[in-house]
Amino acid sequence: MSDVADPTVPLHGAALDRASAGKSPTLMRLRAASEFIVIPVLAVMAAFLLFSLFLLAIGKSPLTFLSLLWLGGFGTAFSWGNTLQRASPLILTALAVAVPAQLGLTVIGGEGALVLGGFAAAAIAVPFVGTGMPALIVMPLMIVFALAAGGLWVGLAGWLRYRRGVNETISSLLLSYIAIAIMNFFVEGPMRDLNQPMKASTLPIGTAYMVPAMPHLSVHWGFATGVVLALVLGVLMQRTTFGFAAKITGGNMRAAQAQGLPVGRLILTCALISGACAGLAGYFEVAAVQGRANASLAAGYGFTGILVSFLARHNPIAVVPVAILFGGLGAAGGIVQRRMGMPDATVLVLQGFIFVVLLASETLYGRFRIFQMGGSGGRA
Amino acid sequence: MSHDPLIIVLIAMIGGAIRVSTPFMFVALGECLTEKSGRINLGLEGTLVLGAMLAYATAYQTGSPWLGILAGGAAGVFLGSLHGYLCKLPKVNDIAVGIAMMSFGIGLAFFFGKPYIQPQAPRLPAIPLGGWTGVPQLAEALQINPLFLVGIAAAIVMAWAFANTKWGLIIRTTGDSAAAARAMGVSVDWVRYLATTIGGFLAGVGGSFLSLSYPGSWNEGLSSGQGLMAVALVIFARWSPIRCVMAALLFGAAGALGPSLQSVGITQGYYLFNAAPYILTLLILIASSGSQQAFRAAPGELSITK
Repeated sequence: MSDVADPTVPLHGAALDRASAGKSPTLMRLRAASEFIVIPVLAVMAAFLLFSLFLLAIGKSPLTFLSLLWLGGFGTAFSWGNTLQRASPLILTALAVAVPAQLGLTVIGGEGALVLGGFAAAAIAVPFVGTGMPALIVMPLMIVFALAAGGLWVGLAGWLRYRRGVNETISSLLLSYIAIAIMNFFVEGPMRDLNQPMKASTLPIGTAYMVPAMPHLSVHWGFATGVVLALVLGVLMQRTTFGFAAKITGGNMRAAQAQGLPVGRLILTCALISGACAGLAGYFEVAAVQGRANASLAAGYGFTGILVSFLARHNPIAVVPVAILFGGLGAAGGIVQRRMGMPDATVLVLQGFIFVVLLASETLYGRFRIFQMGGSGGRA
Repeated sequence: MSHDPLIIVLIAMIGGAIRVSTPFMFVALGECLTEKSGRINLGLEGTLVLGAMLAYATAYQTGSPWLGILAGGAAGVFLGSLHGYLCKLPKVNDIAVGIAMMSFGIGLAFFFGKPYIQPQAPRLPAIPLGGWTGVPQLAEALQINPLFLVGIAAAIVMAWAFANTKWGLIIRTTGDSAAAARAMGVSVDWVRYLATTIGGFLAGVGGSFLSLSYPGSWNEGLSSGQGLMAVALVIFARWSPIRCVMAALLFGAAGALGPSLQSVGITQGYYLFNAAPYILTLLILIASSGSQQAFRAAPGELSITK
């Protein structure tokens, strides 16, 4: 985003290119790749350090906090289940950001696509409840509706970008609100379950159409789906012509157009994939967690997903560990609250520290000579 | 006359617009200032919530709602200057930082705000401007909050300053062309840092309205996304402070349409009216995107209009 090119980067690169002549290229590549591990890890550690100072300042023990965080997020099988359940929608909503980001597009409408996808899945399932229609028919139908609803929603933002030059960041944000309003309209009005006076919801989709937990694990299939999708999209973006074309377009859209790349089709496809991922997150929230569509769908997973993708540097595969980290932080909120007498928002503050420090650490890429290698090193 | 359902809805909407529009107005003015300098701050939702919390806590501790407003502004200065500083660093993405600040601000507000959910802090007094009408509904609708008037004054000052002062010119130049600003000897980073910080101050003051006037208490569901709407409002207002006030009133009225329709017995469908401002903003974006003419008001350096 910076408009000033860092003049030192190519110099370092060229100088080291000469210096490293004769060394193994694999070793050099490893060295350059380690930058993407070392900097984020150091940044996370710095964030934890800052947060420890914050805890000390308010008179709490950072060590107790850290051990509880570990216990609540990753210490037991139960906490892992909780962590992965929270990570699942984050993986999918982060992929919804990472895919269009390859084209240089910043889509921030995942929240709306998630809500609409979840709502569409519930809306198609509810009429079948009690009719004895086999789950083998209804469940795929729900998935298709969720994918289509989410895909169309972000796809619309992509189409507007390509056809009319409307900025996708703003249009997807606006479409998000419209999606939430559409769901509210239906769950408060025509599709409201009148047996739920406190919270406006659709009727339950019924246990027959719910997604079960994975065998031997206390997490639903949404997690496995997210991991597989992350791998598939990672391969698509890094190992195929499609991904290569997307990267060129992301580098310079006008040059890509001049080269005869199908820029319009690339934008539309990536927007559709993006929306479908978020819609799928909505499907699993409805069909594996909530059992019905209501305002709980707009719980902020779409927004956290944006940050997860940025922190993973829009690498689909790196999205998975980052999402698990933040899933774990969320899962530990309860135990920190109970055992330390601190508000459950404590983990939100820690998340804020991590977000801020990690985003600020972006500026460090390409600054350390130790990671440079000739040609491709040091480019953020 | 006051029994005509249409009149009731209209009066309720005017009252609602005045009551609800103040936080919209402040976040819109803050965002307008920041965007005029060529940067976007998507984190005003966090600023609004932290401002609301800190204002409430300060008013409760000191007994003065006015000090509360200042504290709300200070919260905005803190988050705004952090945003401004981070975005000054090369390669740091302003959209991502904005969303991180949103999350950070809300986290801090919920963390420190827990003890203030129960107690009752002093509220800002309202100025009754409607006594002359003799119509109780109208008199109630015209209970004007002082911050509403401050917001309008701020908008007028901002519009005048943009057009007539050296600082206004510096901000506009920085927003339109960083190269031109540098040629003028202006530090682009510094101007944007200041614009984001002052924009944060305004949004924090807007937050104090939420907790000190309407709805008038602190809880975690206080904001209904007014801070997130700031970006839409500013586009809707096409980067003019005066139009920001109009847009805030319009967004406020649209939000008040649902409850006022409810008061005359129409309960269905008003959730779609809540979406009306967004649909309108989107249509404006679509209509103006093809033509250079309509977007001439947009700062040239702004990432979202490039």
